[in-house]
Amino acid sequence: MHFLKLILRNTLRHKLRTGLTVLGIIVAIVAFGLLRTVVDAWYSGAEGSSETRLVTRNAISLVFHLPIKYQERIRKIQGVMEITHASWFGGVYISEKNFFPQFAIDAKTYFDVYSEYIIPPGDLTAFIIDRKGCVVGRKLADVYGFKIGDTVPLRGTIYPGTWKFTVRAIYDGAEAKTDTSQFFFHWDYLNETRKRVTARTERTTDWVGVYAINISEPSRAAEISSEVDAMFGNSLAETRTETEKTFQLGFVSMTEAIVVAIRIVSYVVLLIILAVMANTMAMTARERTSEYATLKALGFNHRFIAGLIYGESMIIALVGALIGILLTFPVANMFSEKVGTLFPVFGVSAETIYMQAIAALAVGIAAAVLPAFRSAQISIADGLRGIR
Amino acid sequence: MTIPFSYIIRNLVTRKVTTLLTAGGMALVVFVFATVLMLEEGLRKTLVETGSPDNVVVTRRSAGTEIQSVISRDQAAIVENQPEVAYGASNMRLTSKETIVLISLTRRDSDKSSNVLIRGVGQTGILLRPQVKIINGRMFRPGLSEIIAGKSIADRYKGAGIGEKLRFGKREWTVVGIFDAGKTGFDSEIWGDVDQLMQAFRRSVYSSVILKMSDPAAFQKLKVRIEGDPRLTLEAKKESVFYAEQSQLLSNFIRYLGVALSSFFSVGAIIGAMITMYASVANRIMEIGTLRALGFRRKNNLSAFLTESLILGAAGGIVGLVLASFMQFFTISTMNWQSFSELAFGFTLNLSIIIKSFVFALIMGLIGGFLPAVQAAHLSIVDSLRAA
Amino acid sequence: MENFSAPIVHIKNLTKSYRRGGQIVSVLTDITFDIPSGEFIALMGPSGSGKSTLLNLIAGIDKPDSGTLKVGGIDIAILSEGDLADWRAANVGFIFQFYNLMPVLTAFENVELPLLLTQLSYKERRERVELALIMVGLSDRMEHYPSELSGGQQQRVAIARAFITDPVILVADEPTGDLDRTSAGEILAILDRLNSEMEKTIIMVTHDPHAAKTAHLIRYLEKGQLDVAD
Repeated sequence: MHFLKLILRNTLRHKLRTGLTVLGIIVAIVAFGLLRTVVDAWYSGAEGSSETRLVTRNAISLVFHLPIKYQERIRKIQGVMEITHASWFGGVYISEKNFFPQFAIDAKTYFDVYSEYIIPPGDLTAFIIDRKGCVVGRKLADVYGFKIGDTVPLRGTIYPGTWKFTVRAIYDGAEAKTDTSQFFFHWDYLNETRKRVTARTERTTDWVGVYAINISEPSRAAEISSEVDAMFGNSLAETRTETEKTFQLGFVSMTEAIVVAIRIVSYVVLLIILAVMANTMAMTARERTSEYATLKALGFNHRFIAGLIYGESMIIALVGALIGILLTFPVANMFSEKVGTLFPVFGVSAETIYMQAIAALAVGIAAAVLPAFRSAQISIADGLRGIR
Repeated sequence: MTIPFSYIIRNLVTRKVTTLLTAGGMALVVFVFATVLMLEEGLRKTLVETGSPDNVVVTRRSAGTEIQSVISRDQAAIVENQPEVAYGASNMRLTSKETIVLISLTRRDSDKSSNVLIRGVGQTGILLRPQVKIINGRMFRPGLSEIIAGKSIADRYKGAGIGEKLRFGKREWTVVGIFDAGKTGFDSEIWGDVDQLMQAFRRSVYSSVILKMSDPAAFQKLKVRIEGDPRLTLEAKKESVFYAEQSQLLSNFIRYLGVALSSFFSVGAIIGAMITMYASVANRIMEIGTLRALGFRRKNNLSAFLTESLILGAAGGIVGLVLASFMQFFTISTMNWQSFSELAFGFTLNLSIIIKSFVFALIMGLIGGFLPAVQAAHLSIVDSLRAA
Repeated sequence: MENFSAPIVHIKNLTKSYRRGGQIVSVLTDITFDIPSGEFIALMGPSGSGKSTLLNLIAGIDKPDSGTLKVGGIDIAILSEGDLADWRAANVGFIFQFYNLMPVLTAFENVELPLLLTQLSYKERRERVELALIMVGLSDRMEHYPSELSGGQQQRVAIARAFITDPVILVADEPTGDLDRTSAGEILAILDRLNSEMEKTIIMVTHDPHAAKTAHLIRYLEKGQLDVAD
C-alpha cells in the first residue's frame, strides 16, 4: 500500500518528464500495433481461406491458363463436391490508383463454392440472368460508392477495350476476415466477346485462370490434389493443385522481403522507445541517489529500492501502453480508410493487443534493469554524500 | 563572448549514459530513415539502369507490362521497319522481337516459389542491352533448348545454376551460361531463344518489340507514327521510362511507408532529446545563473543548450548513417506487383541521402532542444542562483 | 541493553581506507575506543579527519577493512548486506545534516517510514508517529510536505523518524550544520532530552563547538587518529 503510494508519488514528481515519456511510449505502441496489423493484413488472404477448398492452376505459372473443358473432368473425381473457376481480369477503374481485384467467374457455381460471400437470393438471380452484370464486395461498394443498378466501366489491360458492367448484387462477408473488396462478373461474357473480336490463332478463348474445388473432407486434400494433377500430366496444360491456404501463402512468400522488413522495423521502434525510457529511468535514479541511500540507511534492503525503480518504470510503460492500445483502433481505422482496398482486410487482432502489452511490459522492465542495479550497488556512504 | 565549445562537450561526456541513450535512439531513427531512402534509391537505380534512353519498347496499348502485352507477327514486322531504327554491324537492323512468360521456380534455401521472368530474345537482343555480359559459360545457341540465367536468379533458384536443367513447356532446358547485367532488372531474368520458347509454349504472338533508335531525338516522331497507325493498336515508350513505370507502385509503397515510419519514429526520438535537454537544464540551473552573473547573456545560454542538442543529433546522425551504410551489403528480392515477377535490388547510399539523413538528425536535435533551451534562457539570475 | 559492564560500542584496532581515483587513501588507522551505553558523545575534528567515516562504520552503512566493531554486543563487521539492513532497521536511528526526508512523503509518512519494516498495525503505527511528532513539537504539521517546512522543522521530523523505532543508538552527522542558531538550539535540546529522558546513546559528528557542548563527552579525530581531550 505504502510502497505503491511512494512509487506513484515518485512517478508524478517530474510531471513534464513523465508526461513526455508516456507520450513516447504511446507513439511507439501505436506504431508497433499498426505495423503488426499491416503484417496481419498481408496474411489475411491465407488467413481467410478454407481448409476444404483446393485451387488448381497451370503448373508453369499463374500467367498461363487452363482449358475450360477441365472443369467437367475434375468434377467427376470422387470426393469433389463442387467446382468453379475464376480468371484474373486486371482492369483499371478510371485510373491506376483505384486498384481492386476483378475476376471473371462461372456465375452459376462460384457462390456455391465460395459460400462465405453472402448475397441475398433475389440479387444473386438478378446477377445470373444479366450477362453484363457484376457483383461487388461491401467494402468496395463503400469505398467507390457503388450501388445496385450502377454502371461500372473497366479499362482492360489484358483484354483490350473498355468493359461496362451493371452492379446486380453486393456481397457481405460471413466473417470479419472475409475479403469484401472484390469484383466479379460473367466469364461467359468475357469469353464470348473475345471470340468475336480476336483472331483464332491467339488462343485466348475457352481458357480460365484457376479452378476452385470444394472437397468433402479436408483429410483427402493431398490425395485429390495428386489425382487432379495426374489426370492432366504430360498434357499441353499441366496443372498444379494445392489447398487454398498454400496457394495464398505462395503469394505472400513472393513479397516476403517486405513483410520481413516491416517486422524488423516494428521491433526497431521498440528499441527506440527503450532508449528513451531507459534514459528517463537512469536520470530519475541518478537524481534520487541520496534518497535511496537514506532508505537503505533506515534499513530498507536493495530489493525495496529496486522495486521502487521497477515499479515506476512499469507504471509509465503500462499507462503508455493502455492509452496506446486504445488509440491503435482509431488510428488503424484512419489508415484503413486512407489505403482503401489495398488491404482488403485490416483489423487490429487480439494477438496484436497482447503483443503490444507484452512489448510495453518488456520495455518497462528492460529500462529499469541498469538503474535498479546501479542504485542497489552504490554504497550508502557514497550515496548519502550525493555522488552521482 | 560565447560559452566555450569544450564546456558543452564536457557536459555531454559527464552524463555518459544519458548522452548515449539519447543519441542511440536518434541513431536508430536515422538508420530507418536512411535505409528506406537507400532502398528507394536502389530500386530506382536498378530500373533506370535497366532501360537505355536510346531504346524503345513497343507493347500493346494500355498493357502496362510486357506480360500483358500481345503483338502479332504482322504488327511486329511493321514496327521493325520504321525508319528511325539504327543499324548495327553488317547492316543488321537493331530490333528484337521478344516473348515474355513467367514460370514458377523454387528457391534454393526454402521450398517457397516465386515467379521468374523468362525472356525469349532474338540474336540482336543482347546487342541492344550492352549492360548484359556473360560471366560464366556461353550464350544459348539458336534452335536449341538452351537458356542463360541472370546472376541473381542462378544464385537463388533451384535448377537455374550453370549446367543445371529446368523443365517447362514439356521440355528440358539446359542452363548453358550465367550473365551479369550489373545492378539492373535483367539480372532477375532468364533468357532463351525466342523461337524455341514460342514453340514450347504454343505461342504465335510476341510480347514486345525492342528497337534501338539511330537518333534518340526522333523518338517523338516514331511514337506518333506507331501510335497513330490503325493497324497497330500499340504504344511506344522509351525503355528508361518504361522500366521506371514498371516499379511505380513498389517505389511509391516504399516511399510512403518510409515517410510514415520516419515521421512516427522521429516523434519518439525528439521526445527523448527533449527529456534529456530538460534534465540538462534542470541539473545546471545554478551554473546558468552563475554564467549569467559572470556576464554571459541569455542568448549565450540559449545557443549553448541548442548546440548541445545539435551535437546529440549529429552524433545520432553519424552513428545511424554508419549503421545504414552496412545495408549496402544486402540485396532485397521481392515480387514487383506490376510485372508480377521477381525483382532483386540493393540499398544504394549516395551523397544526397547522406545529407538528407544528417539534416534530418540535426532537425530532430534542434526540435528536441528548442523548448528546454528557451527555458534556460529565460531563467532569472537571482532565481537560478538561489536554486540548488 | 542496559548492561554497563559491556560498552554499547566496542571498537578495537579499526582501520579503513578508500580507493579514490586509483589511489588508496587511509582514513582511519588503528582506532580503539569504547562508548558506554547511554552516552552522548560528540566527534570533532577538521574536514577529512575521518569522523564521518567512523560514524558510518558504527551505524553499519560502511564496512571496516580490519579490526573489531561491536555494537550492542554484535559484531556488525561480519554481517551480510541483508542482515546489516535488518540490524540497522532495529538498532540505529539516523539524523543527517540535510535531513534527507523523502520529498514525496508528508511529515507523518516520513516518520512512519521505518515502521513499515516492523510488524506493527496501522493503528499502532499511527499512535506512535503522532506521539513522536508531538514530542518534537510538530503535531500541527503532520500533513505537510518537507518543502512546506523550515529547515529546523524538517530536522525535527528527521529526529522523530530516527527514534520512532526505539533504536539502541542514534547517529547524527552535523545535525545543526545547515541551521541557524535558534533552530540549532531547538534540535540540540531535543537530542539532550532523548539522551537524558529516554536514555538513548547518541553519537554526533559536528564542527560546531556550541553543539559539541551539549554532548557529555567530546572526542577529537585528526588524521585518522583519536585524541582524548575532555
